[in-house]
Amino acid sequence: MLTLAEGENGSDNSQRLTLRTTTGDSEVRDIPALVIEPPRGWARLEARELWLYRELFYFLTWRNILIRYKQAVLGVLWAVLNPVITMVVFTLLFNKVLGVSSGSYGVPYAVFTFTGLLPWNLFATSLSGAGSSLVGNASLLTKVYFPRLVIPASAVLSTLLDFLIGFAVLAVLMVGYQVTPTWSVLYLPFFVLLALVTALGVSLWLSALYVLYRDVQYIIPFLVQLWFFLSPVTYPTSMIPAGRWSVIYNLNPMTGVIGGFRWALLGQQAPGPLFWVSAAMSLAVLAGGLFYFRRMENIFADVV
Amino acid sequence: MSVAIDISGLGKRYLIGAQRERAATLRDAVTNMATAPIRRLRHAGSSTGDVSELWALRDVSFDVDAGQVLGVIGRNGAGKSTLLKVLSRITKPTTGRATIHGRVGSLLEVGTGFHQELSGRENIYLNGAILGMTRKEIAAKFDAIVEFSEIAGFLDTPVKRYSTGMFVRLAFAVAAHLDPEILLVDEVLSVGDLAFQRKCLGQMEQIAGSGRTVLFVSHNMVAVRNLCTRVVELDKGRLVADGPSDEIVKAYISAQTAAGGTELHLQQPLGRPEELVVTGARVLDEQGRSEGPFHSSRPLFVEIDVEVARENEGYQVGFDLLSVDGLVLRSWHTDGPEGDWPPLRAGRATLRCEVPAGLLNEGRYAVAPRADVYRTYWLVNGDDAVWFEMLHDHSESPLSLGGSPGVVAPVFDWRAAETHAPQA
Repeated sequence: MLTLAEGENGSDNSQRLTLRTTTGDSEVRDIPALVIEPPRGWARLEARELWLYRELFYFLTWRNILIRYKQAVLGVLWAVLNPVITMVVFTLLFNKVLGVSSGSYGVPYAVFTFTGLLPWNLFATSLSGAGSSLVGNASLLTKVYFPRLVIPASAVLSTLLDFLIGFAVLAVLMVGYQVTPTWSVLYLPFFVLLALVTALGVSLWLSALYVLYRDVQYIIPFLVQLWFFLSPVTYPTSMIPAGRWSVIYNLNPMTGVIGGFRWALLGQQAPGPLFWVSAAMSLAVLAGGLFYFRRMENIFADVV
Repeated sequence: MSVAIDISGLGKRYLIGAQRERAATLRDAVTNMATAPIRRLRHAGSSTGDVSELWALRDVSFDVDAGQVLGVIGRNGAGKSTLLKVLSRITKPTTGRATIHGRVGSLLEVGTGFHQELSGRENIYLNGAILGMTRKEIAAKFDAIVEFSEIAGFLDTPVKRYSTGMFVRLAFAVAAHLDPEILLVDEVLSVGDLAFQRKCLGQMEQIAGSGRTVLFVSHNMVAVRNLCTRVVELDKGRLVADGPSDEIVKAYISAQTAAGGTELHLQQPLGRPEELVVTGARVLDEQGRSEGPFHSSRPLFVEIDVEVARENEGYQVGFDLLSVDGLVLRSWHTDGPEGDWPPLRAGRATLRCEVPAGLLNEGRYAVAPRADVYRTYWLVNGDDAVWFEMLHDHSESPLSLGGSPGVVAPVFDWRAAETHAPQA
């Protein structure tokens, strides 16, 4: 087995690449000199470098979408069938059999659960797609340089197309059930962004951990399943007892995402203080994910 | 002349057998955490335990001037690829520093990021972007890439329906149109059929002649000699020679021959461990001696050790016979009728091939093992070679004291076809 030595004790993973601008001594150059050195110190985001690789980000997103739809016989139709069939099953099971209602949202259960399914599916497909994205692109990691962040980020972004198609289905559903959105729908892009932020945050953790620990492939489906039941997709948040439990429940970033999403579309249950707990968790997960990913990315090529 | 690449004290260390230090699964990580205090007590003083180090690169320093075409040579495991990986930022160095002035493009593999489900057209864009081209750049070069690849009729066909040859041509065509100021190239020319290889080499010559800085890693000594003005040689991670390409290549080949080089010891087997690997190769005389020099009046035996993990009817194992200039005299596989082919069953096997007496001239030759899955892909393709020395002693002509130029020396029959006495 071949593993990488970092630092002197083999456990110091803090590595980074220094991209420094130096003014040439003898002549003026357009491109700053690239200095390649052993990693040390703290990981940095290197946002400028990410910007330089925006086209690769675009192409990888485009590739992910192309592949997803090319390999399936029914192609894009899956993006419609998946949420619709799930909605029908949830409505029959949770609403008709178990008697769960949409609570104070005051809309048919089908619409209620569909508005939860959309951001949930975005999150869940991101986790399974982006979580395995680094290992799935091992040949890229070992043969070409680019900021590794591009891989999970493009995998997350490519789930947005499914989301938009599902959104069109929701529009039809709302017209059918005569549910009219209110002015709060203007806030919708913000909550879509929050869903993407949450999905990216968790995906960064999972994809980096997957490179180091192959167990993650078994953990992801399990995690998605558990997380689903802990998120208000099939039941309204009002079913959670107020007080301490409610605060704990809102530590789940997806609680805020789904709650905000429903408010934007249905105009009920405006985000309260607990929403901000949830939104802060989303940002914390992303910040932690970025930090961990940047710390570990230097050894991806050596261990993948 | 300004410096394009400045490398000083560059080193890259890997740890071997470090499973305990770096957990491979979460379970190990958890176990590690739990047992760490106990281990620390036991191994008090020796922090490394049974972990051994491998310096893939060690204290390498040299400069490359802008516009210079530099060849990097060395045996397998000498650190050539690690050097390119560090310079192209795929992996981090452990020590030292490299400073690069200019836009870098690296080509460590042909077809990186190609996707089987996508069409040729889509793959050109995708692969171009992965290699660092902008969308505008790819669009501008699109027609040239298609023309170079000779696959114009199949642009909208998914790549999975391409033959291996077509795939490789398209992949190389994209790579060949990469246009950076500094180009780092690993052994990528050994792809495709011979005609296409020549075309690629031509393209490389053009790039090399266009004033760009090129770092070229290769086993192909002819290519290195033709393309490069200067060559550095690596051995066990260290820089051991640096100078004009003719001189270094010649010395390298001599050293390979002299150092009992008729036995190929491989640190890492060549090929794909899950299918078939070549673990060694040697050249022997009739008595089974591998020292050489060999006499052209006696037959030679080439032995290739293989290890088969998964059986496949399509395996072909053979070798290239090369001259000192790197010219391939012939690439041999089992030539006989199908029933006579040596079986390649799972396990180890040594294939033995007799090279008849009276074939080679005096001089240095190399045997480079190769293996492939018939018409599908290469497993081993000229990745390493055994060098040996021949003495010419099979001619019965009293005039033949050696020294006739050429690489082959079969005895030809000479007789007068017609004689005319001078007419009176």
